[in-house]
Amino acid sequence: MKPANLIQRYSDSDRINHWIVAIAFVLAGLSGLAMFHPGFFALTGLFGGGPWTRTLHPYIGLVMFTAFVSMAKRFWTHNVMEPVDYQWLRLIRDVLVNREDRLPKIGKYNAGQKLLFWMLVAALPTLFVTGLIFWRAWFAQYFPIPVIRVAALLHALAASALIIGIMVHIYAAIWVKYTVGAMIRGTVTHKWARLHHPLWYQQVTGQSVTGQTPPPGQE
Amino acid sequence: MSSLQSLDIKRRSATTLPSPQARETLEVAKLIDVSKCIGCKACQVACSEWNDIREEVGHNVGVYDNPADLTPKAWTVMRYSEVEEKKGEEMNFEWLIRKDGCMHCAEPGCLKACPSPGAIVQYSNGIVDFIEENCIGCGYCVAGCPFNVPRISKQDSKAYKCTLCSDRVSVGLEPACVKTCPTGAITFGSKEDMIDHAAERVVDLKERGYANAGLYNPEGVGGTHVMYVLKHADKPEIYHGLPKDPKISATVGLWKGVLKPLVMLGMGLTALTGFFHYVKVGPNDAEAHPDEPGDGNEPKVIRSSGPAQMEGTASTKQEGQA
Ligand code: HEM
Ligand code: SF4
Ligand code: SF4
Repeated sequence: MKPANLIQRYSDSDRINHWIVAIAFVLAGLSGLAMFHPGFFALTGLFGGGPWTRTLHPYIGLVMFTAFVSMAKRFWTHNVMEPVDYQWLRLIRDVLVNREDRLPKIGKYNAGQKLLFWMLVAALPTLFVTGLIFWRAWFAQYFPIPVIRVAALLHALAASALIIGIMVHIYAAIWVKYTVGAMIRGTVTHKWARLHHPLWYQQVTGQSVTGQTPPPGQE
Repeated sequence: MSSLQSLDIKRRSATTLPSPQARETLEVAKLIDVSKCIGCKACQVACSEWNDIREEVGHNVGVYDNPADLTPKAWTVMRYSEVEEKKGEEMNFEWLIRKDGCMHCAEPGCLKACPSPGAIVQYSNGIVDFIEENCIGCGYCVAGCPFNVPRISKQDSKAYKCTLCSDRVSVGLEPACVKTCPTGAITFGSKEDMIDHAAERVVDLKERGYANAGLYNPEGVGGTHVMYVLKHADKPEIYHGLPKDPKISATVGLWKGVLKPLVMLGMGLTALTGFFHYVKVGPNDAEAHPDEPGDGNEPKVIRSSGPAQMEGTASTKQEGQA
């Protein structure tokens, strides 16, 4: 494909940042799940056994948290919810059956992506703070046992929300084709941008998108 | 310790199916009669001797407690509480001494919290044992225990606590502390016998003016396999904070009992929903999208139910069918 046919969506550093977060997430998630439920305990084998899993997990978590702070700064402003996003959410049934022609024109991110972003913004600091509190090797001795209990519960809760949220995120990236490519090579096609993010397409190309939104009340 | 074959296993941490339990051993208990204890610490020494662990000689911190707390190498510690109470017109001073250590709960919070299969076991005789070779060092047992007993070693990141001398008990001996106690304040036997023995002691103490004497065998943790005879059973807290109504904390219950199964279900449903969504709806493929009609991108699908149609996107009207 000719370079002119592609639109840059993510810079090199955006992508590298995203994939550091993603790799750290997978490792933190697998090592955490191994300690969360006996059904997943076998995952400790991936990390060199139970004690190694327990030892490595918090450090991997710290990598994810640090990389996420940097990523959140990059993507923050694009993820502010706008009125059109609530309209989009109300039409979630159309989203789910690929009827984007019935949706309002949206910008760089859709409401689903934005909500995921804010969920991450809530989950990661929670994981970070609670993780430090019940980190036996370093800090747990400084906290009273009732605080450690609450930290463990909140850590597991935030991790669960994060893991389920990211499962949806990964599925959405597979379902909406060329999205994974956008994060790997950084570019999308005009068609992709026009269909999925028409306002963003207008902004970056200066071309308007027509025939996307049907007149109100008519479907 | 490794788990003992001659003591069959009733419960095992992070294990969902039953452990070998064809054999049932007699339910045992250790009874500590606080009223007979003189605080000589012979039991502490016996524990250290039998288990071959030596805590460093510490410092005097103003009370007789030494070491000042349970440690990975001090599985039992005598607690000395100086209690002053009004008795009629006068102040009454009492020096209350309690041998602290694992209570061997029937419903052990440590075992409920532990994420590592077989790092904590409960034998059918009631003893709760830490199997250090399976321990991953996470410290969840510390959060799970209502009595603040388990200690994680800085040396090897393993959890340690009183074993109730499971190695001795499995070959028919009493725990080392019981064997050594010079006043007979610690007795060991079947749980039933210990409860009977405690009842006699309570009658005796009541006759001597301790109206609130009683047995400490808290129901909140299903009873314990280390029990106390207390002169003031109505106020166990005065014995260095012995909890009045210990139970597994509700937070731990939410974490291990509610969140754990719900999240497993949630993750499974999310994965299945994604897969079946793809099977039903298929990819959202911008490149195959006929947003420029006639660009030849519309895939033709021959359906068994009718003539060829364009796959459902913008220009086709398939309401309620997509
Ligand atoms: C932000 C830095 C993080 C720190 C400091 C941290 C720390 C910890 C600690 C100390 C534990 C207890 C086990 C151990 O000692 O290894 C733990 C467990 C766990 N962590 Fe993290 N963690 C962090 C991030 C994460 C992330 C990003 C995830 C999810 C992807 C996660 C998921 C879990 C899970 C599922 C458990 C098991 C909880 C349970 O047993 O209920 N953690 N974490
Ligand atoms: S530290 Fe405690 S909870 Fe963690 S594996 Fe060891 S015994 Fe189990
Ligand atoms: S006292 Fe604590 S460590 Fe001992 S069995 Fe009960 S919960 Fe476990």
